[in-house]
Amino acid sequence: MKFVDEFRDRNIAQKIIKRIKEFDSFKVNLMEVCGTHTMVIFKQGLKGMLPEDVNLLSGPGCPVCVTSQEDIDKAIDLAKDKNVIITTFGDMLRVPGTNSSLEKEKGNGADVRVIYSPREGLRIARENPGKKVVFLAIGFETTSPLIAASLLDARKEKIENFFIFSTHKLIPPAMEALLKSREVNIDGFICPGHVSVTIGSNAYRFIAEKYNVPCVIAGFEPLDVLQSIFMLLKLIREKKAKVEIEYFRAVRPEGNRIAQELVSEVFEVSGVRWRGLGTIPKSGLRLKREFSDFDAEKEFRPKTEKSKGNLDCACGEVLRGVKRPTQCKLYRRICTPEEPYGPCMVSSEGTCAAYYKYG
Amino acid sequence: MQLITNMVEKFEGNAKKILLAHGSGGKLTHLLIKSFVKKFRNLPLAKLDDSAVLRFKGKLAFTTDSYVVDPIYFPGGDIGKLAVNGTINDLAMVGAKPLYLSASAIIEEGFPLVELERIVNSMNRAARAAGVEIVAGDTKVVEKGGVDKIFINTSGIGLVDSGVDISSKNAQIGDRIILSGTIGDHGIAILSAREKFDFQTKVKSDSQPLNGIVSEILRVSKRIHTLRDPTRGGLATILNEIAEQSGVGIEIEEEKIPVKQEVKGVCEMLGFDPLYIANEGKLVAFVPEKDSAKILNVMKKNRYGRDAQIIGSVVARHKGRVVVKTSVGGERVVDMLTGEQLPRIC
Repeated sequence: MKFVDEFRDRNIAQKIIKRIKEFDSFKVNLMEVCGTHTMVIFKQGLKGMLPEDVNLLSGPGCPVCVTSQEDIDKAIDLAKDKNVIITTFGDMLRVPGTNSSLEKEKGNGADVRVIYSPREGLRIARENPGKKVVFLAIGFETTSPLIAASLLDARKEKIENFFIFSTHKLIPPAMEALLKSREVNIDGFICPGHVSVTIGSNAYRFIAEKYNVPCVIAGFEPLDVLQSIFMLLKLIREKKAKVEIEYFRAVRPEGNRIAQELVSEVFEVSGVRWRGLGTIPKSGLRLKREFSDFDAEKEFRPKTEKSKGNLDCACGEVLRGVKRPTQCKLYRRICTPEEPYGPCMVSSEGTCAAYYKYG
Repeated sequence: MQLITNMVEKFEGNAKKILLAHGSGGKLTHLLIKSFVKKFRNLPLAKLDDSAVLRFKGKLAFTTDSYVVDPIYFPGGDIGKLAVNGTINDLAMVGAKPLYLSASAIIEEGFPLVELERIVNSMNRAARAAGVEIVAGDTKVVEKGGVDKIFINTSGIGLVDSGVDISSKNAQIGDRIILSGTIGDHGIAILSAREKFDFQTKVKSDSQPLNGIVSEILRVSKRIHTLRDPTRGGLATILNEIAEQSGVGIEIEEEKIPVKQEVKGVCEMLGFDPLYIANEGKLVAFVPEKDSAKILNVMKKNRYGRDAQIIGSVVARHKGRVVVKTSVGGERVVDMLTGEQLPRIC
């Protein structure tokens, strides 16, 4: 397939691996921040191709996984309202809340619809003027411009029955939180390609400069990932804490200005709670006051459940790169994709799901 | 069916729709059934007895399947064609020559008669194309909302030649694995017919009968160990079942597996893996290496096997597991499908 097969070429992969193996052997921890990278690494069997001293850690870049338990409970509570149609990306459906899940509520008669773009949510709102349509806006810098654009459309069309429940998060502050915690030693970051299309490589400069950790922005094909690992190893070896772009066919240093402007027209930065990482200052997006008519939280005041807290579920540690899924007591024994305990097993980008499926 | 349509209008003075009375067992039922009988034209059915009486000598294969596909029409087929080919293929996968089918429909009240006619015609065409007869049948009508439009069950029987022993338990170390064509066509065709995507595809369902291929390959080799058609759950799930049931390891090469460009494209866009997407007219054959070349040759000559490929082999390592060599040169385990990727695809 054009523009795909070229990036899966076995001979080129072998050449990159050869160059990686030419470096002196030294142990490094590289974190792939993005869940899609985790999936590519597992699906293409890249770990087995790399030398053993290159250790890949999965980071907090799976949007469903980092959504806090409180937010999941609130989303479930929203679904219980008979007057509400919930629209969401498919992965959210099966994430267990404290007492229920969206899938279970759907079984109880809640109107929960899986969509592929927030614009579909807007269409559903247009087609169901008697109902209130809520879009569960989870995700990172990749999805927030789309949602901002949908809200601007809704305003222009005077659609009054469309709301968003924003749990949007920002990647660079989470990377900083991981470095600050010093729980794991990270020698280099494989930075998310699509997030970086929006925010640009400049957004990571403070990571390299302040914390002395090099970053390479990678595309999502196997050769992209291998090449970015090579670039990171080179930077580490040469002791250059810089941000480099491997995914230069899509990413610019300054990012996508139009998308950034859309986001800042609608959202403002605020501190939000992450699963496993706690509350991180300036790491989320909430609606600006001018757009509060669209805020599902203000409109419905969803309740959270009193958390029972599943102490055995290691999703938090897995998201911080502290534990591997195989070190979790529940993994494979009790927690499986059929009956997931934590979101890391539910999401198609979750680290536990990747280990289970391809490990 | 024209006859019955006229009759309904005469009796009911009504639009041409299925009524509860069509399933009452009374006059309308009788007329409806007679119109089917006329179409399917065969002796056992024409007798209109409570059972078809059939004569056999030898080993029998017997199978049944229900079809609830949504939508009932999709690029490359419809629920009728699917119901006939699906059961024919299940029979063929044990090496049987499919002979007779039964067909039962549960129809929602208000279902348009012309649509029923279209589906019955399609079943008739599919049965004739595969050389099987529909010798028994039934229709029930349920009130609106009781089912979604129409559900069809088909059962089938076929004869297995002596000396043929095909089973998911029979895969042997050293066997070559032959796949009869591209994967994922059916699932993606259903998906694009169902969802309102902002893109269009021309992918057609591969609903087609496989009994022809099977009898041709059995003619050149009786030593076919395993045959399966990868329907729901796709190729990955079928291979896992075979690995488990035969207690062997399976290795396949991603590069060798034929996937249409458009199917690949949709999968890339939506994050699906073609290995898990349903097919309705493909088979995998596990055969001794010695016979693999001639079997592949025969398969490629059949119109339904033109894209056949040897995609891997059976190994002694990693018993019960399927490992794929990725195109980039890595290796990974291929697990069974977990959860339902797409509901009601057949």
